[in-house]
Amino acid sequence: MTPSDSGIPRPQRLSDAPSGRRLFIHAVNAATDEGQEWVARLRELGFIEGEPVQVLRRGQPGGEPLAVRVGVSTFALRRAEAACIQVVPADAS
Amino acid sequence: MSTVTVDTSRLGPPLVALVGNPNCGKTALFNLLTGSRQKVANYAGVTVERKEGRLQLPSGRRVALLDLPGTYSLAPHSPDEQVTCDVLAGRFDGERRPDLVLAVVDATRLARQLRLVLGLMRMGLPVVVALNMTDLARARGHVVDADALSAALGVPVVSTVAVRADGARALLERLDLPAPAPVAAGTRGGDALADDHRRVRDILRQLGLDSLQAHAFSDRADRVLLHPVAGPVLLLALLFVVFQAVFAWAEAPMGWIESATAAAGDALGALLPPGLLRSLLVDGLVAGLGGVLVFLPQIVILFFFILVLEESGYLPRAAFLLDRLMGGVGLSGRSFIPLLSSFACAIPGIMATRTIQNPRDRWVTIMIAPLMTCSARLPVYALLIGAFVPARSVAGGLELQGLVLFALYAAGIVSAIAVAWLVKRFGTRDRRQTLMMELPDYHWPSLRNVAIGLWQRVLIFLRRVGGVILALTVLLWFLASFPAPPAGATGPAIEYSFAGMLGHLLLPLFEPLGFNWQIAVALVPGMAAREVVVSALGTVYALSATADDTAQALAPLIAAQWSLPTALSLLAWFVFAPQCLSTLATVRRETGGWRAPLLMAGYLFGLAWLAAFITYRIAQACCP
Repeated sequence: MTPSDSGIPRPQRLSDAPSGRRLFIHAVNAATDEGQEWVARLRELGFIEGEPVQVLRRGQPGGEPLAVRVGVSTFALRRAEAACIQVVPADAS
Repeated sequence: MSTVTVDTSRLGPPLVALVGNPNCGKTALFNLLTGSRQKVANYAGVTVERKEGRLQLPSGRRVALLDLPGTYSLAPHSPDEQVTCDVLAGRFDGERRPDLVLAVVDATRLARQLRLVLGLMRMGLPVVVALNMTDLARARGHVVDADALSAALGVPVVSTVAVRADGARALLERLDLPAPAPVAAGTRGGDALADDHRRVRDILRQLGLDSLQAHAFSDRADRVLLHPVAGPVLLLALLFVVFQAVFAWAEAPMGWIESATAAAGDALGALLPPGLLRSLLVDGLVAGLGGVLVFLPQIVILFFFILVLEESGYLPRAAFLLDRLMGGVGLSGRSFIPLLSSFACAIPGIMATRTIQNPRDRWVTIMIAPLMTCSARLPVYALLIGAFVPARSVAGGLELQGLVLFALYAAGIVSAIAVAWLVKRFGTRDRRQTLMMELPDYHWPSLRNVAIGLWQRVLIFLRRVGGVILALTVLLWFLASFPAPPAGATGPAIEYSFAGMLGHLLLPLFEPLGFNWQIAVALVPGMAAREVVVSALGTVYALSATADDTAQALAPLIAAQWSLPTALSLLAWFVFAPQCLSTLATVRRETGGWRAPLLMAGYLFGLAWLAAFITYRIAQACCP
């Protein structure tokens, strides 16, 4: 994690997060209109700001889909879906 | 018949709707409450299954129980969720608004599920919460205090264990009490989800349930089953067993059904004088019934595996492992098992597509399922390859006949990939498909739920598809038998029938493919099932042999009469071969309309014609 100027770790996309690392959800957002529906869905599934999250493993080949633990549930997400979720490491927040 | 609409808007017993997240044990609870007294139909206009059951409360009062499709929220994202939301809001045509909502909540995953309960309470319906899987929660050290939860939520909460025979007793007693008044829900302004999230978190903290643990066994199992190497190997082994079972285990019972049909036909034939009635009953009705029942072994075996895999929680994992592979052509991992099963027969394969939640993925999977070479095409391939492809080894000791057979299978798979890719590329506006699939905890499948599921699939097939297949078989019998040949006719009887006329009429269409009139005529009765073409050819060539010998007698005959380009062209035709009416009947039932089966017949016919035409021309040019 590269600390930003303020000293708080810069949020990273869940799709880029290393497997096994304990994280917290910082924000769920998307740039495109299409992504807005995903954001609504992801939040309903429990990907809500402040929830603990962890990439359990990635499918092979290509590192897709991702098996993601949120709360006590596990979801399979494609990379583009996981990219809507901004995370920060659990040990830093 | 494909869209059986049950109009329940008329007055009846109080209607209780079961609502809950997917995988919360809702269907298991429904099975426990209603047993086999369930009616499975379709909601009008959509391909979503409607399950209703009756139950009697301890007081003797009767209640109708509606098992609404599982939903994660009340903002629908799929056709099933739409149905649930519309029914609850009382705006689904032909369905009355439920009198009570029974919210099924998985005690091991309270946070997300309680948010749904809060949403349900806001809809202004009386809500009773069934706190399900309390046994699993307790095994993980969480004791959920139903009374405290009830006090915190403001609605009655009853503990249930859907997998135990008396697990719903307290629930039945609660249903006997007057329905609770709807709770005046808080205003829904701003970010309702964030509000609900906060409220649920507070409730869980208050109950000492804010540190629920994930299922340790599922995590351990996933370490192996989703392992990058071990996972695919185990999946491959499992798929091999499933495929082997559908293909090979079903063979014996299918043989028994065929012999029983033949025996019943003979017995009936012996009782009746020769003539029209005997022909109708034996060749039309009995043969048609046999033609329906013969699909049952494959359907039962395939759905047994699918139900066990689904119940145990493995099916989403298989989809996870295969997602990458299928994602390349715009499908999801869920399409794999239906397509694999289609190699045995497209009918169970198409019925299995109901495990695909995404409606577009399901539609494409149905469309390409007939391109998987089904076992009914094998007799046709065997006849043509045996007659025209020399049995010799080519480079590397490969058997030429085997190579041709392999090429035919490969051609089907390649075309399926091409069609799926084309649909992905040009067919849909929304090219970014979502996965977002829950990987639920593993648990032992319950025999009872598997048995009820199997029974429902069998009934659906017999009622909704069986009738159509039977009717079509009788119709084809009629076409092949009428009118009778004129006195002194020399050709085979079928030549003078409607089927013969139709074959002759279609001949100009098939001539460019190198087909002669015998082939064109044989293709008409072949619409009942592809393998019937072999016996139909035998009939056209006036062979009076029994079915098993037909191919043997036929092979030298056609080898002498047909050119090699004609034979290759017919092989290419059968890679696509749209003329399986049973498949089309199943597609109609599964998609709830004529659009999909007509489109399927049209595009497969076009592809078959084109492939046969090209094959014929190239073969003519190469070996004149």
